[in-house]
Order: sequence, then structure tokens, then C-alpha cells
Amino acid sequence: MIRLTGVSKSFDRAVLTEVELYVPERCLFGMIGPGASGKSLILRAITGLLRPDRGQVTVGDQNVLAMGDLELNEFRKGIGMLFQNNALFDFMTVAENIAFPLRRLFDLSETEIAARVAERLARVDLPGFQDRLPAGLSGGQKKRIGVARATVTRAPIVLYDEPSAGLDPVTSQKIFDLLRAEQRASGSTVIMVSSDLDRLLTVTDRVGMMLEGRMIFEGSTDELENASDPRVHQFVHGALDGPL
Amino acid sequence: MSADSSARSPPPLTALSQWLGDSVSLLGGLGVLLGQIVRHVLKRDFDERELLRSLHRMGLKSLPIVTVTALFTGGIMVIQAAPIVEHYGAYGLLGWGAGFGTLREIAPLLTALMINGRVGANNTAELGTMAVTEQIDALRALAIDPVGFLLTPRFLAIVATLFLSTIFADTLALFGAAYAGWAFLGIEPGIFYRGLTTGLLGFGDVAHGLIKSIVFGIVIGLSSCHFGLSTRGGAPGVGRSVNTTVVVSAAGIFVLDYLLSFALL
Repeated sequence: MIRLTGVSKSFDRAVLTEVELYVPERCLFGMIGPGASGKSLILRAITGLLRPDRGQVTVGDQNVLAMGDLELNEFRKGIGMLFQNNALFDFMTVAENIAFPLRRLFDLSETEIAARVAERLARVDLPGFQDRLPAGLSGGQKKRIGVARATVTRAPIVLYDEPSAGLDPVTSQKIFDLLRAEQRASGSTVIMVSSDLDRLLTVTDRVGMMLEGRMIFEGSTDELENASDPRVHQFVHGALDGPL
Repeated sequence: MSADSSARSPPPLTALSQWLGDSVSLLGGLGVLLGQIVRHVLKRDFDERELLRSLHRMGLKSLPIVTVTALFTGGIMVIQAAPIVEHYGAYGLLGWGAGFGTLREIAPLLTALMINGRVGANNTAELGTMAVTEQIDALRALAIDPVGFLLTPRFLAIVATLFLSTIFADTLALFGAAYAGWAFLGIEPGIFYRGLTTGLLGFGDVAHGLIKSIVFGIVIGLSSCHFGLSTRGGAPGVGRSVNTTVVVSAAGIFVLDYLLSFALL
């Protein structure tokens, strides 16, 4: 369970304002909204990469904002994260990238690590890519490697920031189907930020919409389609006329 | 200057206080980072593979540029001294003169400036690129402290590289000076060598330069890691960070060289 209560953050302007969010366990939660509306900041607040000025961030029974550095590091072992531009380590091969969290955080033998990496590569349909460097991969391949790294530790919470950004429609759909299958197989709690509504809404259980740092809608995917808020309706249906 | 831009310029006192504030903030940031690095070193909590990789990339690959700089610097010192040496016939003092200047000042200073341009700039560019492509955040999200994993090994590699490069540069610069003395002044290498070893120069002169090299290494390591890690704003931000690193490190090297020259007299 992930819960945000009254979360606010300002830099030179307010970027999050009194955000309320509840994601039940084993839920695939989609986060939508226009650019710069604060979606990625929510993910950062959940991992402790961003410290809100006010409010509460609770994951399970843990208060993220009350954690010190050591507790935060321990807490982050239970979270997998895919960053918007993948954040693969340039100086590591594909296999080293995927194995990195296993080597650093868990006491596993090299045989176990190699088996886990091979299994993940097969799962993202990139077997035999072990020794490639990220610079030699296409956008879709990088995204898949990012997914493999985010899921390799079998973390109970996985956060995906724009998993289909820059991908063609077919590859995007494959990525979403893969993430949905991963979530079902592992039973993890997932938050997925995406601007690709058509595909995102095919896999989500619940959805939240951010606008100008505020959560203006939270409900099931079906409720989103029939939302009465004109801003949500306009955004979801891509209408030119409306309050946005 | 247009009236418009003149109107936007802050008053001198405001600009001065802002500059002072920025300087204190920078020194504070560097101090905090140094403290974190020292803590990781004392706890041996840093990535040893990254240290070896950095030593290879920063140290071994700097040898060509250090070699060229040192050989020619030694030669240039003799060429500049040649008229005086010939005028006074002080051929026996050429080894001492070249050695004194090289060991205490020229080799550590020029090696530091070359390492600053090559290694410091490169380190900032790499860390800056990692920062703007979220690789640093990815490390944090994976519960890995970037100071222990990336910064401490690189800092240690830069300090070690500069220390060892200075020893290498000392040797090569003296070799270059001896060769130039033989080629331009006809001074036998044996006479040059005796000028170095007859007692006017001592271990203190070597240590003087090596202590400076360690301090310069700390300056380059700290500033390149600090500005790299704090990079914001995409590719232009990386460019700005690299520029700032090179300028701040070079200025720091000269200021500390001046102060150390007094302190180590």
C-alpha cells in the first residue's frame, strides 16, 4: 500500500500542492496528466529522492519522510524503478546493468546472478544481449533493459516513469503488455506514469490524474472514462475545446 | 552597454555580497563533500573496481600528455637559462638550477594544470552527464550512495594520479633539461647530474613538490566531483560544469601554490 497525504513541495514555485494518493497492494496504478504536472515528482517522493515540504508519504507501515539515510537505503531495496530516460549506466554492459542491484544489495552467488540476468533478458525478449553496451541499443531495447533492471530484484513495489516514451506504437503496446504480465506474475504494487493514454488504460486497475501539481482525479479506469470533471474529460478524450 | 542592460545590473555592494555568499556556499559544499569522502575512505566503503578503472583511465592514459609536458618543460628551462649560464660560466650550477625549479614548482604545477584539463574536465563531464540522465538518481533509488560508489574512487584516483604523475614528470623534466643542456650548451650529463646531487638539492625539495601535488590533486578531485554531481540543465549544464571545474580548480591550484610556497619554505 502506498499513501500520500497532503504532500506539498515548492522550488521557485509550487510543484506539488496537497497531493492525496492511495494505491492499494497489488494494484497497477496509472498516473496521467499534462507535462510538468508533477507526476514524476510523486514517484521521487515515494522513493525518498524528493523530500516534500509538507505532508506524509507512507509505504506499507513505513513513514518515508521520517527515515534517516540508512533506513532509506534499506527501504529502497524493496523498490524497483524505471526512469524516464532509462538511466542505464553507460560504462556497464547490459548484463552488468541488470546484475548491478543484485550484486550490490543481495548476497547471491555469481551463478545465481547470471541465471537471474539471463531469465530477465529472456523475459524482455532480448536474449544474447548480455555483452552489449547501452550506447549500442535502440530506444526500445534500452527501455526493455531498464524494465529488466527494475524488476530483477523482485521488489514488491515497482515504479515506471514513462515506460513508452519515444517508442513506436507497436513497441509501446508490447512494453505495456510486458509490464502488466510482470505485475500479475509477481503480485507487485505498480505505479506507472505515462502520457500514452490509449495503451496505459488497457493495463491499469486504477488511475490518477495530476494537473498543475494537484491530484484532480483518482478512481478506477472505468470511472476515468466517464469522469464528470471537464478537465479530466478533455484530457482523456484529447478534445481541443475545454478548460485545459 | 544598453541602458536596459545597465538598469538590470545589480549595485556593486549587492554583487559583492552575492559573490561572497556564492563563494562561502561553494567552500561549504566542497567541505561537506570532502568530509563524506574521508568517511568512506576511513570505513573502506568505496567501490574498488571503480578505483582500478579510474586509475587506468585517469592515470595510465595521462602518461603521454605528462611525458610531452615534462620533457619540453625541462628543455625550455635550460634554453631560458642558457644566456646567463654562458655569461657567467656557471655550467656546474645548471643541474641545481633546473632541479630546484622543476622539483619544487614547475613539475607539480604544470602537471596539475594538465591533469586538471584532461582528467578533471573529463570527470566532471562524466558525472554531469550521469546527473542529467538520472543515472545518479538511479544509484540512489537502488540504495547505493553515489559518494561511495562513484565519487570516492574517482577522488582517490585523481589524487594518486597527480602524485605519481608528478614523480614521473620530475624525472622526465630533469632528463629533458639534461638533454637540452648537452645539446645547446655542450654540458655533459655527468656535470648536470653532479649539479643535482652535490648537496644543494635535498629530499626536502622533492617532498616540497610532492606535497603540493597531493594538495593540487585534492583540489581537482573535489571540484570535479562537486561540479559534476551538482550539474543541472542538460547538455548546456554539463558544459557549464566542465568550464567551472577547470576555472575553479586552476584558480585554487595557483592560490594554494602561493600559500604552500610560504608554508613550506
